[in-house]
Amino acid sequence: MWDRIDRDVYHWFAIVLITLALILAQPHVEWLSAYPKNLIIPFADWLNAIMNWLVTHLGWLFMGVSWLLEWPIKGVRMVLQALPWSVTGFLFCLVAYIASGWRLALFTLTSCLYMVIIGYWPESMNTLSLVAISVPMAILFGFGLGVWAFYSRRAERAIMPLLDILQTVPAFAYLLLILMLFGFGTVVGLIASVLYSFPPMVRNTIVGLRRVPAEVIESGLMSGATGRQLFWRVRVPSAKRQLLLGVNQATMASLSMVIIASIIGGTADIGWEVLSQIRKAQFGESLLAGLVIALIAMVIDRVTSGLATQSGDYENRKRSQSLRHRALLIACIGVVAFYALAKFIPALEVWPRDLEFSPARSMNESLTYLIVNFRTEIETIKTLAFFFVMLPTKIGLQGSVSPFTWGFELQTWHSLSYAAGMTMLGAFCAYRVNAHVAIFILLFAIFFYFGLTKMPWPALLLIYSFAAWRIGGTRLGLGTFFGLGFIVVTGIWPEAMLSVYLCSIAVIISFILGAGLGIWAAGNDTVSAILRPINDTLQTMPLFVILIPFVMIFKIGEFTALLAIIAYAIVPAIRYTEHGLRNLPEGVIEAAQMMGCSNRQMLWSVKIPLALPVMMLGLNQTIMYGIAMLVIAALVGTNGLEQIVYIGLSDGNFGLGLIAGMGLAIIAMIADRTTQAWSRKKQNIAEIHFW
Amino acid sequence: MTSETPAKKDVKLSCRNVWKIYGEEPKQFFEAGNGAVESPVSLANTISNSNHIVANADVSFNVHVGEIFVIMGLSGSGKSTIVRCISRLVEPTAGEVLLDGEDVLKKSDAELIDIRRHKMGMVFQSFGLMPHLNVIENIAFPLKLQGVGERERCAQAERVIELVGLQGRESNFPNELSGGQQQRVGIARSLAVEPEVWLLDEPFSALDPLIRKKMQDEFLRIQSVLHKSIVFITHDFQEALRVADRMAIMRDGAIVQVGRPADLILNPVDDYVREFTRDVPWESVLCAADVAEAADGPLKGLGRVTADTPIDSLLGYLGENADGVAVEAADGSVIGVARAANVVKALANGYDTTPADVRR
Repeated sequence: MWDRIDRDVYHWFAIVLITLALILAQPHVEWLSAYPKNLIIPFADWLNAIMNWLVTHLGWLFMGVSWLLEWPIKGVRMVLQALPWSVTGFLFCLVAYIASGWRLALFTLTSCLYMVIIGYWPESMNTLSLVAISVPMAILFGFGLGVWAFYSRRAERAIMPLLDILQTVPAFAYLLLILMLFGFGTVVGLIASVLYSFPPMVRNTIVGLRRVPAEVIESGLMSGATGRQLFWRVRVPSAKRQLLLGVNQATMASLSMVIIASIIGGTADIGWEVLSQIRKAQFGESLLAGLVIALIAMVIDRVTSGLATQSGDYENRKRSQSLRHRALLIACIGVVAFYALAKFIPALEVWPRDLEFSPARSMNESLTYLIVNFRTEIETIKTLAFFFVMLPTKIGLQGSVSPFTWGFELQTWHSLSYAAGMTMLGAFCAYRVNAHVAIFILLFAIFFYFGLTKMPWPALLLIYSFAAWRIGGTRLGLGTFFGLGFIVVTGIWPEAMLSVYLCSIAVIISFILGAGLGIWAAGNDTVSAILRPINDTLQTMPLFVILIPFVMIFKIGEFTALLAIIAYAIVPAIRYTEHGLRNLPEGVIEAAQMMGCSNRQMLWSVKIPLALPVMMLGLNQTIMYGIAMLVIAALVGTNGLEQIVYIGLSDGNFGLGLIAGMGLAIIAMIADRTTQAWSRKKQNIAEIHFW
Repeated sequence: MTSETPAKKDVKLSCRNVWKIYGEEPKQFFEAGNGAVESPVSLANTISNSNHIVANADVSFNVHVGEIFVIMGLSGSGKSTIVRCISRLVEPTAGEVLLDGEDVLKKSDAELIDIRRHKMGMVFQSFGLMPHLNVIENIAFPLKLQGVGERERCAQAERVIELVGLQGRESNFPNELSGGQQQRVGIARSLAVEPEVWLLDEPFSALDPLIRKKMQDEFLRIQSVLHKSIVFITHDFQEALRVADRMAIMRDGAIVQVGRPADLILNPVDDYVREFTRDVPWESVLCAADVAEAADGPLKGLGRVTADTPIDSLLGYLGENADGVAVEAADGSVIGVARAANVVKALANGYDTTPADVRR
């Protein structure tokens, strides 16, 4: 046993002791529990000052740009609104048919009919018109940057961190910036959407251009290609599939941002519709409108990814090519025909109000019925989760155990036996498993007793930085230290911990549940077939929509936020686990079978260790999804950084919002880098052991 | 290095002291710019000792008009690098590559593109086909880059398609073809511009053995029609023997030996070369001239064969005729006589087995 304890473990043990010492000193030393107010660096004020200067002195420039951009949006919007819905719908179905076939065309038709009948057609077209302008801009811009980064390492080094920031800083944080610079209106949504959706295009462009096989380039050169020819006739066509995947991701990102941006209002689009219905507590309406968003997202996703897949499938190209040649003709005929028809049958032009059918009222009634009749059950679930999981994590056992919650007062002997029990468990693990698990258990026991938000900040700073250093090396360790340091000196540490607390619980539950489901799905094709479309839907769904059913049942509050985060973050946990378990090297599995592994041994001793690196990537994605959803969950009432971001937006305090947004981005990046480094580490071990 | 056989034909392509060094500052070792140094071996050592990698060291050889010159070596011996130095897909650090007496390395980018468009064709190991173009578009691709009109392009592509036997496959995409067919497309594409120099970088290595043999035959058939000047890279000694007029063996970026295949087999310069020749069926490589010895008696009554007759086809005759057979050169003069004993002696060298313990 003793040979397993290396220096690393001594260091960890020292950190546990320091942590305990800091906790004990906390009541006597004030700056340990809260970073002193007079030492907070007023970054937020500085940012606001810069912003004011910009608006005063360069406002005219941005306003000019805004004015210019307004025109194409207005144009597209006007066309989409002026066309009879039957004509537009027909064109959508035709595109869907070309991209993927009659199934998608049918799905598109159903979606269009739903939007029309439910009465959200004009709002949907407003959303689409923004997407239609922002996507080409994002693609052009992203492609250009991607090409630049592909050819210049220096450019790549500058661009990559920018992409990270744009994708991790919550949109609410820079919506205000855009709002202040460009003024109130649809342009805000457009710019936010371009900013958010060009990064995936850059990444896919770089990857695509890089993946073109060297021999294809060489054969292009030997065919006598000039630089320009090599790029446009060899590199770009060979990378086409990846580029189209970029288009798909950019489009989805653009749609979700257009929806999010509608929070500032004035756009009369479908996102605004959902939001205002939620605010009015009309859940039937909001769910129906949310479904419209989900349908738009699904159709756009299927169409663009259909085009991407098709471009790699050259056998089918002949068919689709001949179709494409005829498509323009069919489109023209169809448009004219439907336009003419719409003149005779007004219902094809604008769906009459009295034919609209909305089950919203009956939905609201059945919901009320549900809530009234199951009130006790719902309350019980809420209370259990709150008293036994959320509260202890937040303020610790010492704060949360009371006659009111747990039914008894926390006595000294309770605490002592808790300490003794956890120490023994740790010792047992050190003996039977390894010392790192023991340290983990000790730290966890301390967190759970004292509560994440009651921990002295220097202790957490130390623990996080040291862990990052051990996992990812010096750079990551220093990065974590300075990143968290920034959060400390800007005075947003308490809120940051509230975010970490909510997100950690959600991530842990998502990962355990998701991994379990993934393991089940890997061994059972039926389960896998059932889960796949659910996962697909959850993943394409704009985050907004996921909130709706939970708010409906559990009302506003942290618990609702938790459930919404879990619903979204569970998807990668399931996906990666199943993928990892299903794609193991055949040889190792067969070898294990021949050694006579039982099913249980096969799973726990062979498959899971082998799939661990992939599952770690799943954990990474779970965290990223969790943080993304956390930001949106601020809408249903949380207390962390995400709430400050949101408040910053609604109060017009740009500096505050941006600082909090950066704080969230820092947390996201630290979590991302650490789990990735961990996965890489595991991967190396796996390779040494098995290959 | 054995001296090269005197050129009977004009030299088409010539590598002179070509070096390729990878590292921070490869140029520093060649202040003069010329690759000709007094002691290449010690320079190569100096270079590898100062954190640079020597991919090619002082490589020199000539390729004559209409000749198949094979470069053979294990992976990492620098054979792919040297063929890329010739085509300037890789920029050599020092030396000269002369095509028709002009240094390719001194050409401007525009001139280089022109050379590649009209004088050089290259075939790649994993084919390097454009995935988004079908067979005929792939083959016509170099012509398209030159701006040749569609009609002429198609006509020319059809001609080479026929040459490589891919008729009927014109509208297929690469991923619908077998490996052998894909390489036929690669070959056809490299021939579409009617190059004078044809570079083949392990063209058949990615194919399975049966297809490989068939493609080698096809290749020899095409060459018997076109008479290109060829640099053929391979790691397969058997393949080298089948196609080579002359060959070079490379190791650690340098050429170990150059010569006709039979020269290498009969007079390997070192164990490295000998190792390759070990598994070769000598009777099918050696020809009558290789085993003939000077006639010491009258030639009358002896049968006559040409110098390049493989000896495995002579075994039956020699078994019947103890006096052997007269070997004559292309011009009809007699080179010497080959007897069964000469053949047995030559073959004996080719076997690795311990001589039997013969009791008296």
